[in-house]
Amino acid sequence: MSPSNGSAGSSGNLLDLASGIIAKALAAGATGAECVISEGEEFSANVRMRELESLKESGSRGAGLRILIGRNTGSAYTSDLSAEGLRRLVESAVELGSITTEDPHAGLPEASELGSIQGDLRLFSGDTAGLSTERKIEMARAAEGAALDADPRIANSEGGSFDTNLGRHVFANSLGFAGEYRTSSCSISVAPVAREGESMERDYWFSLARGADGLERPEDIGRKAAARALRRLGAVKVETQRVPVVFEPRTARSLLDSIFEAVHGESIYRNASFLAGKLGTKIAAEALTVIDDGTLPGLFGTSPFDDEGVPTRRTAIIEKGVLKSYLLNTYTARKLGMKTTGNAARGITGNAGIGHGNLYAEAGDATPERIISSISDGFYVTELMGFGVNIVTGDYSRGATGIWIRGGELAFPVSEVTIAGNLNRMLMQIETVGSDLEFRGSTASPTLMIREMTVSGT
Amino acid sequence: MELSASFFAARFGITERDLEAYLGEALSRGGDYADLYFEYLSTSSIGLDESIVKSATQGVSLGVGVRVLSGERTGYAYSDDLTPEKIRKAARVAAHIAAGPAKTAKMPLYEGPKRNLYPVLTAPTETAFAERVELVKRADRAARAYDPRVFQVSATYADNLRQVMVATSDGVLSFDRQPLTRLNISALARVGDGVPQRGHSGGGGRVGLEFFRGAQAPEQFAINAARQAVTQLDAVDAPAGEMTVVLGPGWPGILLHEAVGHGLEADFNRKGTSAFAGRVGQQVASALCTVVDDGTMRDRRGSLNVDDEGSPTQRNVLIEKGILRGYLQDKLSSRITGLPETGNGRRESYEHIPMPRMTNTFMLAGESDPEDIIRSVTRGLYCSNFGGGQVDITNGNFVFSASESYLIEDGRLTRPVRNATLIGNGPESMKNISMVGNDLKLDEGIGVCGKEGQSVPVGVGIPTVRIEHMTVGGTA
Repeated sequence: MSPSNGSAGSSGNLLDLASGIIAKALAAGATGAECVISEGEEFSANVRMRELESLKESGSRGAGLRILIGRNTGSAYTSDLSAEGLRRLVESAVELGSITTEDPHAGLPEASELGSIQGDLRLFSGDTAGLSTERKIEMARAAEGAALDADPRIANSEGGSFDTNLGRHVFANSLGFAGEYRTSSCSISVAPVAREGESMERDYWFSLARGADGLERPEDIGRKAAARALRRLGAVKVETQRVPVVFEPRTARSLLDSIFEAVHGESIYRNASFLAGKLGTKIAAEALTVIDDGTLPGLFGTSPFDDEGVPTRRTAIIEKGVLKSYLLNTYTARKLGMKTTGNAARGITGNAGIGHGNLYAEAGDATPERIISSISDGFYVTELMGFGVNIVTGDYSRGATGIWIRGGELAFPVSEVTIAGNLNRMLMQIETVGSDLEFRGSTASPTLMIREMTVSGT
Repeated sequence: MELSASFFAARFGITERDLEAYLGEALSRGGDYADLYFEYLSTSSIGLDESIVKSATQGVSLGVGVRVLSGERTGYAYSDDLTPEKIRKAARVAAHIAAGPAKTAKMPLYEGPKRNLYPVLTAPTETAFAERVELVKRADRAARAYDPRVFQVSATYADNLRQVMVATSDGVLSFDRQPLTRLNISALARVGDGVPQRGHSGGGGRVGLEFFRGAQAPEQFAINAARQAVTQLDAVDAPAGEMTVVLGPGWPGILLHEAVGHGLEADFNRKGTSAFAGRVGQQVASALCTVVDDGTMRDRRGSLNVDDEGSPTQRNVLIEKGILRGYLQDKLSSRITGLPETGNGRRESYEHIPMPRMTNTFMLAGESDPEDIIRSVTRGLYCSNFGGGQVDITNGNFVFSASESYLIEDGRLTRPVRNATLIGNGPESMKNISMVGNDLKLDEGIGVCGKEGQSVPVGVGIPTVRIEHMTVGGTA
């Protein structure tokens, strides 16, 4: 497989294509229109038990169109970018404008809100496209090999993989905005299986970067994955009790996902969030500050403009425990009588929803070791399972795996238990925020300690 | 159907000669097997919120996936352009997994046995929008009329029509036309300025719009969503700890999907990474349990005439009276293990490599009266509806979240309880099933299963069952 350079379809072509689609929509009777085109190339190599297991390589593209006829919207998408495919795209979107209801809040952003961040956001690394297939397979093999070699109890594996993605994203609207950017990513991941007696446990570790030079060493990823699987062996269920719960960074991130859903403009205007109506009030412990920032160079939540052509920005969501802002697109901002926060997000299909940029909790000053050593009996959570978070009420109940803390030390592995509480109270009870913030994707959190939750076991 | 009479011949002029050339290109470096998966997917969806139709989308995606197997290796590439040059290029890329002298595909291609499990004359995607728009509006009116405490209703109607053609180097050619439709309703209720509660319901299948004209009227789903939201207004905190749990019939069959279904997918078992690996013939559930995966049920969401590798689906008994009988196979696992295919090779789209997946997974009815099952419990939890679930197939632990449940006290359902996650271990929980009702029910047809980033529609079902020692993740 020969690497491709990621430049299939020169940029001018796609921008022109998007502007052309907008023009066709206006000619067909739309009073406003916005168009998204995205193009992607993916590569994936999987190695299992040191042998190559699969190779996948391909590219695809698609276009999405949303039109307005007055205050009625319609949308359509297609992967067929031929002249006939585009004709049908426009016709389909315009047809749907007649079946939706007139909505006084529907519309494009104000022209003055449109724009793009200038300067190099470092979202694309040329070296990703230049890696040979052999080199990529070799890195997957090295990562899995290091996991298999780490310990005799690592006798099996779900494999190691090396993945790359190259993308080009174009957005244009009938107010004259037209912009595009390219992205690249590469990642290595390993999922070893540890076994001892009757106990069999799997875990994983990964590294993600814009270019291969930003990745952690494959051997380090493999060893880390092995250590994570090994420390789960012999896990027991504990008695039902209320104790302090420590979320390691990988699980703490999921609390930020819940905060994101709770400040999501659609949940707010529908009154379907436990944080609706609480702007300006204290909703979390003073130790917690949560930021959404779509402008940080090189990171995975970064883009020069959102999916309505509005520049991304830094938004403080929670500042020292006080709820400062929701995350909004144009529609939800109008519903709430506010301004968009530049968080519109959409794929090829449908209308713009809401997404986050780099969403993170600011680091505190306690090392994870110090947090653990402050607890006599508690639960250190390393994996969460299931979907038991109710954003409407804040009720929280999820399956959990981790390590029991006894006498200030990580004592023994625990699984098949749940942790439960209510997010209103959990956020207020965030007692300590760790110093170990690092980005591994678009959501990041340092270690978080919550004073008390119910651990349900036997 | 002759190829010449097929959708892909009519629309894209694809001939048997073309297929032979593409398969030949795929085997040009000597793979053991190759296949082509052509897909043309049309979708539409309508979204209602605050009593107005806020969104409507329709679209098309199409492409072909080329797969080459060489020993245990898979090469895969796809193209969203059905011109011969692009398909041949994808075939050449997929061929790189092998390294040897070229082979040729078996020709001519023969079409396998035909049947139609979803004889929908006019797929919803092919109808005018008016009737479909009316479905979400009717749902909205019914949910709001149910109770004045209902203050928000959203309804999403979505359908699609997938045209599929699979050609294999074994000389098999398959066609399918797969309609799929569903209606989802969610309702929020509150008292004054109190904390809102939500309810959710929906239904669908591989059916035409006539489905919604009978007992599955949008009003029925809407009332169910509204009823759940209103019921939750009186809910008490869920209990915490191990207790007896009774699952109601239907959607709670997600227990089987998580506790055993995923763990019985052949890829995990041939690799030895599933808690069920190497246990065929052993007792893995109580003798009351017979669990079946059946892709051949008429009109069901999880059904397929042929799976996404072109093989006919079938009814597979996974567990018979507690004894593990077999795994869910796809072509690759079947080739490696020498066990017969089961028609469970599925993929999300032409961009995805197929793997073993469930279709409609359910437990056969037992003999107990459901009322007796509830009466038999002194203190426990009755769960009639669930949100999603998840499983760690390696250690066997699984969870699911109860979205509608009630305390059982002295054999009677008493108070509704707030949402809670239930956790168990697959093989252990299945052995702890102590009563099975005579009331098998299948779900309403809105299930989506995710595995390794691929989503496919599935069905589940279960009669009322009593399970000992489930851990309930409440706070009380």
